[in-house]
Amino acid sequence: MLADKDRIFTNIYGLNDLSLAGAKSRGDWGGTKKILEKGREDIVNEVKGSGLRGRGGAGFSTGMKWSFMPKESDGRPHYLVINADEGEPGTCKDRDILRNEPHKLIEGALIASFAMGANAAYCYVRGEFYREAQALQRAADEALEAGLIGKDACGSGYEFYFHVHLGAGAYICGEESALIESLEGKKGQPRMKPPFPANVGLYGCPTTVNNVESIAVVPEILRRGPEWFSGIGRDNNAGTKLFNISGHVNTPCTVEEAMSIPLKELIEKYAGGVIGGWDNLLAIIPGGASVPVLTKDICGEVLMDFDSLKEQGSGLGTAAVMVMDTSTDIVAAICRLSHFYKHESCGQCTPCREGTGWMMRMMDRMVEGSASIDEIDMLEEVTRQVEGHTICALGDAAAWPIQGLIKRFRPVMEQRINDYQAK
Amino acid sequence: MSDDVQQPESFAFTPKNQEEAEKIIAKYPDGFQASATMPLLDLAQRQHDNWVPRAAMDHIANMLEMPAIRVYEVATFYSMFNMKPVGKHHVQVCTNLPCMLRGSTSIFETCKRVLGVGDGQTTEDWLFTLQHVECLGACVNAPMIQIGDDFYEDLDEASTEEILNVLRAGGTPKPGPQNDRHGSEPQGGLTSLKDFAKEGL
Repeated sequence: MLADKDRIFTNIYGLNDLSLAGAKSRGDWGGTKKILEKGREDIVNEVKGSGLRGRGGAGFSTGMKWSFMPKESDGRPHYLVINADEGEPGTCKDRDILRNEPHKLIEGALIASFAMGANAAYCYVRGEFYREAQALQRAADEALEAGLIGKDACGSGYEFYFHVHLGAGAYICGEESALIESLEGKKGQPRMKPPFPANVGLYGCPTTVNNVESIAVVPEILRRGPEWFSGIGRDNNAGTKLFNISGHVNTPCTVEEAMSIPLKELIEKYAGGVIGGWDNLLAIIPGGASVPVLTKDICGEVLMDFDSLKEQGSGLGTAAVMVMDTSTDIVAAICRLSHFYKHESCGQCTPCREGTGWMMRMMDRMVEGSASIDEIDMLEEVTRQVEGHTICALGDAAAWPIQGLIKRFRPVMEQRINDYQAK
Repeated sequence: MSDDVQQPESFAFTPKNQEEAEKIIAKYPDGFQASATMPLLDLAQRQHDNWVPRAAMDHIANMLEMPAIRVYEVATFYSMFNMKPVGKHHVQVCTNLPCMLRGSTSIFETCKRVLGVGDGQTTEDWLFTLQHVECLGACVNAPMIQIGDDFYEDLDEASTEEILNVLRAGGTPKPGPQNDRHGSEPQGGLTSLKDFAKEGL
């Protein structure tokens, strides 16, 4: 079990003073100037060395991403864009950072921006998080007032401004290029890559988009040293991580734990266990709606990290653990996600725009059982036609839960169809 | 944009909102004022009974020196901009998987019963519009609903009914978890950070 002293987000539940003074008393903004004095290259190298992998779902090395930004400006400004468009079903970790630990995010934004030569950061907060955006804006105002950001951030001589921008209810804006489009005042439709944002991003300028949690852990990593962070979790799966445990557990919660904690331990230690006991478990979606579902036998063994979950044909995603006990209609559960992706497809790519509708309608019939057995293979085929054939990963995300269902619960689907036909 | 809606002839920001609008526009670099489209649509919606009339979109297009169609397409792309009038209290029930697993179906049914309207409908007194929505990002406090800017979490049928009744009577229900939780910590006592929660639990 991770010791409290190794937890970064010590006010994640918002039980303590939320003001700047409170944040400072917990260590935020401690020695920020000294961190900046390390220089751009050292900061990027330390973040690389810490093993931090992006916390938004894809798990790409954060330090590596930063290193893709041009070292010298060609006259265009650089930007940091923070992705706070948290909308992956099951996920509510960034919400807690925004409302309860905003100073960690703003301090991290300053350090990250400095390391990439950006003088401004835009934090794109999903529109429904209006109160959270207010909390973040309050913190940004406090930081500006105190000279921690602004013309001479922390007395470093570096100019840095932090802006909060509200979205308006589109899941697709969590995709980084759609987010940039949206921030520019357009429909949130993903861009083709290349060019990558590090070359042509916001306003045609070099831009890095990072998740809230990825940025918010940076100050503490640099204060304690990259070895501290890389010493937690397994190789290639370093650090601490916020987990959201929802669904059929006795006490759903958010908790910061070490990467690579066994899934079973995570649920039993922090979330009061599965309702009715571990034996009552049916399945778990371990990383937000987009990752394939795991059956109970795997849940008992798997570790909560990128590699262990990948080995099991799923993924860490956003580390949003959705627990389903034996009372769950697993076909209906996955069908609900199909409705979600249908609703959120931006409509730009035909395979996704049409395919999410096909998949949803077929899943509706699978829930009822009014299908033929060979339509299960047809459904699988449709998911393969969508997967990999779209500009962004929403098509993949719509396909994977269904593929997971067919792979793990095909007998349940067949039984449903046989029962329906027998009626 | 809905054709069956009585559209006002004109729209202008109030002096206070005009000031706010200028502050918003200043957040973005010169020449990229289009970035203010969404924040200004939000501001207009807040000023105009929670919906965006066509005149407001035209006004914003003028302010930002954009073709009106660019504003229309943004306004209609994002689900939070209401293109027609909604009730005073916009009740949005999350029905996505984590809420569904914790009973959002019965929460939604409770809302329908108490308000006497179905999904997407508005009560006759224009006090409530009911709508089912996708994941609102409060999954460890499921089931939950959003009303206006506030989240009401850890609901059951009784607390849902109570919230709606308080609103109907003109009161202000307390947002957040409706049980004894403060936020996203586990109910019944902390399982981590016990030493750090001196002022809290």
